[in-house]
Amino acid sequence: MQYMLLIYEDETEEARLSSEEQQASIGRHIELARRLRQENRLLAADPLQPAATATCVRVENGRVVLTDGPYAETKEQLAGFYLVEATDLDQALADAAAIPSAARGIVEVRPILDLQA
Amino acid sequence: MRPTEALDRIFREEHGLVLASLVRFFHDLDLAEDTLQEAVTTALRSWADVGVPDHPAGWLLTVARRKGIDQLRRRRNFARVSALLAEPGFTEAPEPAEEYAVPDERLRLMFTCCHPALSLEAQVALTLRTLGGLTTSEIARAFLTTEATMYQRITRAKKKIALAGIPYAVPVREQLGERLDAVLAVIYLIFNEGYSGSAGSDLVRLDLCREAIRLSEMVAALMQTEAEPAGLAALLCLIDSRRQARLDEQGELVLLEDQDRSMWDRSLLGQGRVWLDRALAAPGPIGPYVLQAEIAATHGAARNAADTDWARIVYLYEELASARPTPVVALNHAVAVAMWQGPQVGLDLLEPLADGLARYQPFHAARGELAARAGRRNVAIESFAKAIELSANEVERRHLERRLSAVRSLNP
Repeated sequence: MQYMLLIYEDETEEARLSSEEQQASIGRHIELARRLRQENRLLAADPLQPAATATCVRVENGRVVLTDGPYAETKEQLAGFYLVEATDLDQALADAAAIPSAARGIVEVRPILDLQA
Repeated sequence: MRPTEALDRIFREEHGLVLASLVRFFHDLDLAEDTLQEAVTTALRSWADVGVPDHPAGWLLTVARRKGIDQLRRRRNFARVSALLAEPGFTEAPEPAEEYAVPDERLRLMFTCCHPALSLEAQVALTLRTLGGLTTSEIARAFLTTEATMYQRITRAKKKIALAGIPYAVPVREQLGERLDAVLAVIYLIFNEGYSGSAGSDLVRLDLCREAIRLSEMVAALMQTEAEPAGLAALLCLIDSRRQARLDEQGELVLLEDQDRSMWDRSLLGQGRVWLDRALAAPGPIGPYVLQAEIAATHGAARNAADTDWARIVYLYEELASARPTPVVALNHAVAVAMWQGPQVGLDLLEPLADGLARYQPFHAARGELAARAGRRNVAIESFAKAIELSANEVERRHLERRLSAVRSLNP
């Protein structure tokens, strides 16, 4: 099965990390991505620009309406994602726990809806 | 034995085990339930013709496995079919228990079903339904909710298991801790259902009580650094020690304070105290089960109701209320206070609980009892009538009806 691991972080707290802490965090991301790639389970993974760069799009009566900023004004914002292949939820949960951001924010694990099934 | 008798017996004693085996084999709860159902239908026909086999449970297991494999073939899930046929479990007896952190098949499946990705309530409900042998309506009653709500909750849990790919994997030792709360809750509720069957004419369903005690002692032996499993084992033994005294010769209910305490089972009482001592000596934190066991042990130490150390019981209920602030705990606390300081004090404590416990039979029974003692005839009549309306157990209902007519016969 495929799982999307959605990383939510408090951006103000992330900005307060020392550069050593940031380096350590990036190192663990790289390590995790390398391991997942070796196991042939990494489909995609990327960090996102801060939520302030987000734009929301809606189409109302055929007219495109744009709003500045993220969809939900919450303390934690979507900061990045991993798309992984896992045998079951337990494996995906273990992957999520290995993401360094899980120690500071939250990682939401969502199974991908398989349209072929 | 007639086929229906044999199937009845299996359903009473071995249903959970057969299902557990099938779940382990298919790693799929729905498929396991479906195929067991089909196997039972086949058994009814086949056993009527050729007689009941020597090992009916084994027969059901084999037939259900074949039917499951056929179903997967029809669904063209060939990869799974060949994987299943290659499993040693298909032709052989279950593998030796020492391989697992949990030595008992049913207990193992309980830990397996109590997956932390499900809400605690969903874990407990699902496990009770599939392995505890309880019906949806019995589970609904245990959770103080309606059958429809409970049905929805179980369906939602099963759906999440399927869609999110929650595996039926036996947890390793390190994972047992995070599943412990749910497993203890399941065992406690199985005992409860056995001790005061929510439906039917027997007040006590011995098979469920015994099984719950067996499971609790096994968890306590397995996790000796934790206090709560030993606390649960203690609690169940201590409560069960009163079983003989709970019904009189006519099979009518006798309340704790009126029980003939010489009928309490000394060996179960002793067994309960041993577990309680172990719980209190364990390094793990003390929680609701240990506290409830202490309450039961305090009752057990008293020669009669008047002699009971009610101040200690009130104190323990206050501790329990801070560990688990539920309306049911508050109800028990109010009753203990009434025994200590008089019925009117207890009644005043009950009033704020009325909304939360509107559908809870023991609330109305307790309110009726305290009102009767406080001389508030109308409140007593109204409460007993409500309790009767909510009671699904015949023995319990007869007791309440006797109390109601006793109160009615008093001069207003």
